[in-house]
Amino acid sequence: MNRLDSAFSALADPTRRAILARLALGETTVMELAEPFAMSQPAVSRHLKVLEEAGLIARRIEGTKRPCRLAPGALEEIDKWLAMLRRALEANYDRLDQLLAEMEPGKETDQT
Amino acid sequence: MTRLTLQTEGDTHVVVTRRFKASPQAVYRAHTEPALIQKWLLGPEGWTMPVCINEARPGGRIRYEWSDGQGNGFHLTGEYVLLEPFSRIEHVERMHLPDPCPDNHVETRFEADGEGTLMTMRMTVPDAATREAMLASGMEHGMEASYARLDDMTP
Repeated sequence: MNRLDSAFSALADPTRRAILARLALGETTVMELAEPFAMSQPAVSRHLKVLEEAGLIARRIEGTKRPCRLAPGALEEIDKWLAMLRRALEANYDRLDQLLAEMEPGKETDQT
Repeated sequence: MTRLTLQTEGDTHVVVTRRFKASPQAVYRAHTEPALIQKWLLGPEGWTMPVCINEARPGGRIRYEWSDGQGNGFHLTGEYVLLEPFSRIEHVERMHLPDPCPDNHVETRFEADGEGTLMTMRMTVPDAATREAMLASGMEHGMEASYARLDDMTP
């Protein structure tokens, strides 16, 4: 679950979400990324490091550049976790229907 | 009959509505009394909730612990913000897997709807990305698929 924790924690920062939104448009260099954010390259690099460690982006080496892009299946683990919750919610409401059907005949404890 | 809907609102809200055949009092109690919560808020098939703390008062603690009986488990903690029996509950909750996920602020309303209850649950997550990840999971499609099953269960 470490990966899920670091993905959520990486996504908790608005600048990092903006970087991901930019990367959704295609591969980009650090220099290109720094421009719209009015940030220094080292500051952007620090954000990229967090995103990379969370498995959300991938970087490759091309000469002196290190272009980055969204990691394939980056949000997959989050998706899987939420899908598990969704199934749980559905099953819970099925059970709640049955419980409510059992509760309704005796309403004597409803009012306080 | 559509019994569950899911829609987004603004950047960070998800609104779930669902109808129940029982009264708002019964639905409210099923959400706030530990002995009742332990009977339905169980997650996947085969799981149970051995620990259920639910202090239904403003500031009261919420702690649910789930177990699959084979050594696997996770838990949720939260706090009540306010309660208006039997119509409104506001609370904050977070899952622990085992580290805490972002806080989910939840407002749940129960309104009389014919002979039953209309529940409206408004979730507020910290940011748009968390919600997008939540919706990208295809949540609404799975819910849609459950309509038919739910309808089959009601006479």
